[in-house]
Amino acid sequence: MQLEAMPPVVRLTHVSRTYQAGALEVRALDDLTLEIPPGRFSVVIGASGSGKTTLLNLIGCIDAPSAGAVEVCQQKVAELDDDAVADFRARNIGFIFQTFSLIPVLSAYENVEYPLLLVGMPGPERRRRTLAMLEAVGLAAQAQRRPNELSGGQKQRVAIARALVKQPQLVLADEPTANLDSATGASIISLMRRVQADSHTTFIFATHDPQLMSHADEIFAIRDGALLEHRGSAS
Amino acid sequence: MIGVLVKIAWRNIVRNRRRSLMTASAVAAGALAMLLFLGYTTYIFLGMETGNVQHLGHLRVFRAGYFLYGAGNPSAYGIDGYREVMRSIGADPVLEPMIRVLTPTQSLMGIAANYRGDNAASRTFFGEGIIPSDRDRMLRWDQYHTGIYHPLDPPMADADESRGLIGTGLARILNLCAPLALPECPPAPAAAPPPGEHPGKVNADIAELAGRDVPQGGRAPGGAQIDLLAATVGGAPNVVSLNVIGAQPQGAKELDDAYVLMHLALAQQLVYGREEHKITAIVLQLKDSRYLSAARARLNALFRERHLDLEVRDFAELVPFYGQVIRLFSSIFLFIALVMGMIVLFAVVNTMTMNVMERINEIGTSRAMGVRRSRIRAQFLIEGTLIGLIGTAVGAALAIAIAALVNRSGITWIPPGNATAIPLHLDVLGRPLRALGICAGLVLVATAAALLPANRAARLSVVDALRHI
Ligand SMILES: Nc1ncnc2c1ncn2[C@@H]1O[C@H](COP(=O)(O)OP(=O)(O)OP(=O)(O)O)[C@@H](O)[C@H]1O
Ligand SMILES: [Mg+2]
Repeated sequence: MQLEAMPPVVRLTHVSRTYQAGALEVRALDDLTLEIPPGRFSVVIGASGSGKTTLLNLIGCIDAPSAGAVEVCQQKVAELDDDAVADFRARNIGFIFQTFSLIPVLSAYENVEYPLLLVGMPGPERRRRTLAMLEAVGLAAQAQRRPNELSGGQKQRVAIARALVKQPQLVLADEPTANLDSATGASIISLMRRVQADSHTTFIFATHDPQLMSHADEIFAIRDGALLEHRGSAS
Repeated sequence: MIGVLVKIAWRNIVRNRRRSLMTASAVAAGALAMLLFLGYTTYIFLGMETGNVQHLGHLRVFRAGYFLYGAGNPSAYGIDGYREVMRSIGADPVLEPMIRVLTPTQSLMGIAANYRGDNAASRTFFGEGIIPSDRDRMLRWDQYHTGIYHPLDPPMADADESRGLIGTGLARILNLCAPLALPECPPAPAAAPPPGEHPGKVNADIAELAGRDVPQGGRAPGGAQIDLLAATVGGAPNVVSLNVIGAQPQGAKELDDAYVLMHLALAQQLVYGREEHKITAIVLQLKDSRYLSAARARLNALFRERHLDLEVRDFAELVPFYGQVIRLFSSIFLFIALVMGMIVLFAVVNTMTMNVMERINEIGTSRAMGVRRSRIRAQFLIEGTLIGLIGTAVGAALAIAIAALVNRSGITWIPPGNATAIPLHLDVLGRPLRALGICAGLVLVATAAALLPANRAARLSVVDALRHI
């Protein structure tokens, strides 16, 4: 496929991230080097505390490495100032969180629409895209509901719609099913798999549930902040 | 984009209904207190200005030096050739359209005596000689629609130079209660004559000076005649008789006990005798108080141009009390504003801090989605502004409603410098710019108070905020 010829969407070179916890220095990521090809459904797997969230934060440009370089969508993140990074995220990166993190005072529709407002999309186009996205996650009927009127699974669907509506290059999902029962979790996974396949967006999915590996195109196993194993599915 | 920020801010205000209500109430209380006080002071200020402009005019032209030294001897500071000066003022193309009344006045001092009847009495008086029709026109000035108009009662006439009005206190002292049919004027207790001089002596002297027979009792019904004694400019003693047609209360007791209002011609006759008749001051009443400084500047220019040794004073200089009242009320207002501003500040800081703390995860999420720091700050600033706006609007509405109630209730009070009680009136919108300033100030304080928490929200690290659940 022609995607293979494209440069990696994420490139980490000798990245470390240390936290200062009192007098103690915690090395959450330790000299990590990896590349993630575009258009794949990648899974980062590791035990609790292994550094998955830290890794996703660096890839998502909401955290900076203590050492090493992070390049996302061919952009060296360290070169951007704070506002530029924010704008970069608004254009290129979608987030899905374990706790859904919808804006509670906005309806499902307004939550999905918000990222389009951030990139300054004009009204009619915005509306069309928002409605189509809600349709795609099966929540067209619940568009006017506030988050507190939705079930956990429905909230996560809204969050998926919100992450994907701007058609970003990269979607990061940090344990998106951890707060859901297994049946709902499974349906969320298959939904993500489906929209990923439709949009060819690069998905990076962090979990400590080995069951989910079966869905992955690429698997990055980490332990104690270091890459233990990389298994890519040969296309 | 700003639309969604306002939407989020507004919905959070509604969501935290109780908290927002408490905070907005603090703002509303501030607006209410300040606007009602403004209404009260506006009413007083405009009322005092109206009273002063009605009686003194906006500007008075004196011979140079009169303002500082003339009070001791008003007659010595007469304006030479005042008719010519007045003509040139009235014909000036700059001044002419501003002027409502241009009129001469003569101040004088002397002794007022009533030697008719059994209780002869005398007292030093302070007098004003005016042109009755001009004075009446001046008394009708009401730029601010205060409704204040106390005409000369009974009216004096341009054609009758002998008529005049006196203060009620002076009427009482001169035993004119009965002839003038004054209410609230008990008969004087029988006073023992002071040892030495006979009380009627000075009056008899005046009568003799006037070269007249002394008729018994008052004159026409509802009137009385008194004699006014003064030294002329030349130093000769002089007497005129005044037909007192009524008494009018004056604000200050000292004035009420000494005030005589008479026809200019009579005053001039008493002060100048057979010499050239001059005046103490040329009075200018302007159509609009806003012309004051322009008119003053023009007058000064005119006098310089014509080498006239004249000076111009405005009513605030003539009545220091006016400035004192304004300063007093202004400092009280400042105090109220300070206290209310502090209350609003702390209430909004407290509420907005709570709002930020509760929404840390939401802030992290928004930032991750690509919302800039400045927009997070704006988000919370807007919330503070909205609370300020709501509170101010409610406070303003309450102030207007309460003012309307008070104004309709007919509560009366005696303003400073007034002799009689008048209805209390709260003129909340009388100075709209100030009212607007108060409202804008409160909204600004609320916004400024939100700045601290908003900055804190904007500075949060995205990762830390997201970890916060
Ligand atoms: N802000 C922080 N301050 C101090 N230590 C931190 C901080 N964030 C993470 N760590 C530490 O860094 C290491 C990696 O944390 P991270 O959250 O990336 O792990 P994780 O793989 O996402 O774990 P989990 O599966 O439990 O979410 C852990 O040891 C953690 O305690
Ligand atoms: Mg984690």
